[in-house]
Amino acid sequence: MYKLTSLDDFKQLQSRLVADQDPTVPVIIINAGTCGQASGANDLIRIAKRELLQRGLVQRINLRVTGCHGYCEMEPSVLIEPRNTFYPRVSIKDMARIVEAVDKGRVLDDLLYKDPATGESIEKLEDLPFYRPQKRTLINRNQKVDPIRIFNYIVVGGYSSLLSVLEKGDPEAVVAEVKASQLRGRGGAGFPTGLKWELLANQRNGQGKFLVCNGDEGDPGAYMDRSVLEGNPHSIIEGMLIGAFGTGATNGIVYVRNEYPLAIKHLIIALRQAREMGLLGDDILGTGFSFDIKLVRGAGAFVCGEETALIRSIEGLMGEPRQRPPFPIQKGVYGKPTAINNVETWANIPVIFERGAKEYVKIGTEGNSGTKVFSLVGKVRNTGLVEVPMGITLREIVYDIGGGTADGAEVKAVQTGGPSGGCIPASRFDLPVDYDSLTEAGSIMGSGGMIVMDEHTCMVDVAKYFMSFLKDESCGKCFTCRKGTQRMYEILDDITRGEGILDQLDLLEELALAVKDTTMCGLGQTAPNPVLSTLRYFRDEYVEHIVNHRCPAGVCKALITYSINENCDGCHLCFKACPEGAINGEPKELHVIDAEKCIKCGACKSVCKSDAVVIT
Amino acid sequence: MIKLTLNGLEVSVEEGTTLLEAARFYGFPIPTLCYNEGLSPYGACRLCVVEIGEGPRAKLVSSCTYPAEEGLKVRTASERVLRARKMVIELLLASCPQSKIIQDLAAAHNVRQQRFKQEYEDCIMCGLCVRMCEEQMMAKAIGFRGRGEKRSIGTPFDITSEECRQCGACMYICPACQLRCTYNEPEKAICGACSNLSPPCVEKEQFDDMMCYMEPCVACEIKTE
Ligand SMILES: Cc1cc2nc3c(=O)[nH]c(=O)nc-3n(C[C@H](O)[C@H](O)[C@H](O)COP(=O)(O)O)c2cc1C
Ligand code: SF4
Ligand code: SF4
Ligand code: SF4
Ligand code: FES
Repeated sequence: MYKLTSLDDFKQLQSRLVADQDPTVPVIIINAGTCGQASGANDLIRIAKRELLQRGLVQRINLRVTGCHGYCEMEPSVLIEPRNTFYPRVSIKDMARIVEAVDKGRVLDDLLYKDPATGESIEKLEDLPFYRPQKRTLINRNQKVDPIRIFNYIVVGGYSSLLSVLEKGDPEAVVAEVKASQLRGRGGAGFPTGLKWELLANQRNGQGKFLVCNGDEGDPGAYMDRSVLEGNPHSIIEGMLIGAFGTGATNGIVYVRNEYPLAIKHLIIALRQAREMGLLGDDILGTGFSFDIKLVRGAGAFVCGEETALIRSIEGLMGEPRQRPPFPIQKGVYGKPTAINNVETWANIPVIFERGAKEYVKIGTEGNSGTKVFSLVGKVRNTGLVEVPMGITLREIVYDIGGGTADGAEVKAVQTGGPSGGCIPASRFDLPVDYDSLTEAGSIMGSGGMIVMDEHTCMVDVAKYFMSFLKDESCGKCFTCRKGTQRMYEILDDITRGEGILDQLDLLEELALAVKDTTMCGLGQTAPNPVLSTLRYFRDEYVEHIVNHRCPAGVCKALITYSINENCDGCHLCFKACPEGAINGEPKELHVIDAEKCIKCGACKSVCKSDAVVIT
Repeated sequence: MIKLTLNGLEVSVEEGTTLLEAARFYGFPIPTLCYNEGLSPYGACRLCVVEIGEGPRAKLVSSCTYPAEEGLKVRTASERVLRARKMVIELLLASCPQSKIIQDLAAAHNVRQQRFKQEYEDCIMCGLCVRMCEEQMMAKAIGFRGRGEKRSIGTPFDITSEECRQCGACMYICPACQLRCTYNEPEKAICGACSNLSPPCVEKEQFDDMMCYMEPCVACEIKTE
């Protein structure tokens, strides 16, 4: 790789790369993000490579290994360009057939996605019910680029936004453009990014301002930042370069948790490539503009996502938030003015400059522009990363994209915003998904976790789960956050064991409000949300646990009993499955569960073919 | 000078003054637990919360760490503050009832009961000892470890620290007192200071009429299991 020393150098390289492209050559795309690899994408890559070599097709068919495409439920999946043929859940034995079919220009109908409603095959990715209602402007790039090849990124227009910014050479215009785009930070609080940049640009105290990319992503079940870092690291670098030019920052830091080894690997490669090509470092593309980015690995604490804890963690101290003000914009990393933005926020920057702020604000709604990536998980048919315009309703996400629940059970609620968010009941699914509406409904946007819950989910148990997460993840500095989360957990635990009393509900609420009020950072201030929102919308479930010692969803072990009804055909399967020997009965006779011995593991229910095991 | 209002009274203070310092200077009492004039403020106990701002943007902040800002409207004893403060004390009482300081706080704020499961903890993680050791004794022998429920105070690797000069300052300042004073198990003491400094406490039976120098220490009376 050679160093580019002028803007023209870059343009020449780009046009040469584009000219070398032959759009008619088919490309086999295998997504091998962490999720893809976990479901077997590496085997598919190996087989595809072997087939291409053995059949001598290397010149005629290209192979591209990319990051996650979003439809994690269907992984490992294979995508074929230029037709955009989508093969879901490809097994090892089918990979060779796919290679052959691509060579012959055929489509394998039996391997295509089948619409669960009509049973019909759907060939193209964009026609799948999961993708159709989405508006993908970030995640769709993952399928276009191999994250460890910078040329891939440049061919599809990468670094062009940076080029146009450098050509214009007007930092104020950069900040103005971001302000005009109305982009709000995707890290949770929704702070206007343009305003943050303006504040940083106006900081005059001392040399060496910092830009930080917050890739801590500690919410359980959320992984959209990971997929961007893994699948398209250059978009982050480009975004930060534009930010640095606009704000006058000279040092960049990407903070990634160490639990994301693939993201770290791809980032290291991307940073090295960008540096070697003269896109990072001193005198970038001969314009005199200098900026470099360092990678910092976090040890994986949820609280380190909080700005001031993040700063301390970068400095090598314990990840513990401190009083704001002074805000990071005034006093951040090593005391220097610092702007911290989320991974997804950074990834949006090149998009804004590519389309222009005027076009960008047309996506989404007034005051909530652009798209947001959610990780849709839980009791829903299509799990994965969904990118939707702001202002779309929860109903559209859960039913149109998510496809409802897999077994037809009724959706009860959606939890947004991760552990510090809240549960929104199905009755409010017409709520538009934007920062303000979600806050009003007692939840938060957060960084984009979205957990779907159905009638088999106990809301008290959900609140208890999040509280158990938070009591471990609170930094422990504020007495009310540390003890408050422990005490809330304690009360919730009592209730799920049927040992609660009604007075505890008031105490719980009182405590939750006090914790919200008296804590220092966002973690403590939002920690009571799971409790408050479930109390607000599902109080009757709490009361049912306390008064009738019953768990309506059949989850809380202390309050349920397993029994076998007359549907039992004596197949004896449950007898063999029970780890405790709690089931009595001869083959072909009605079986009975000994409640004394039963540990409520549910093994019998999962093996029974006659639906005879019931929870009461 | 920065102008702000304290409970409706317009006052001015020097830049860099905290709300707690300002309030105390003008005679508005605010209870504190983890604050000590000789140490840097830390903001751990949350007892010193005051209400700032107005309308829906009003919020509680810890006055010991929050800097005075131009035009800020501060209420040191609004209903919201008092309610929060009572809950803090109730939680303290539920965790560390043996502390004389916490008992006094409860009495002063009319907290007569606590509704949680009673615990007897050694430490409320106020960080006074850590700051004392670092900022006044220049030793940095002890510090925080872990987070959340597992947060604790100790020396690196839990072995007697070479930095510790057994001055006893950490024990002196501790409002919960029991962590350092391990009664009849001095080898479990973090810095080992008590075995050096308070033999009467260690061999209590023989020195029945003597109290530990760290008055008011009632820890040994209570923790007998
Ligand atoms: C407890 C806690 C955890 C957080 N975790 C993250 C995180 O994992 N990733 C992130 O981008 N922001 C996180 N934030 C929000 C950041 O503090 C900060 O607001 C954000 O990075 C700013 O970027 P933005 O303006 O682009 O949203 C967290 C905040 C809190 C209080
Ligand atoms: S609110 Fe919780 S996480 Fe935040 S500083 Fe206080 S103790 Fe730490
Ligand atoms: S006794 Fe040891 S640990 Fe305690 S303050 Fe003195 S030097 Fe620090
Ligand atoms: S040992 Fe005492 S002084 Fe130190 S943090 Fe705990 S309660 Fe505070
Ligand atoms: S005195 Fe301010 S938080 Fe403890």
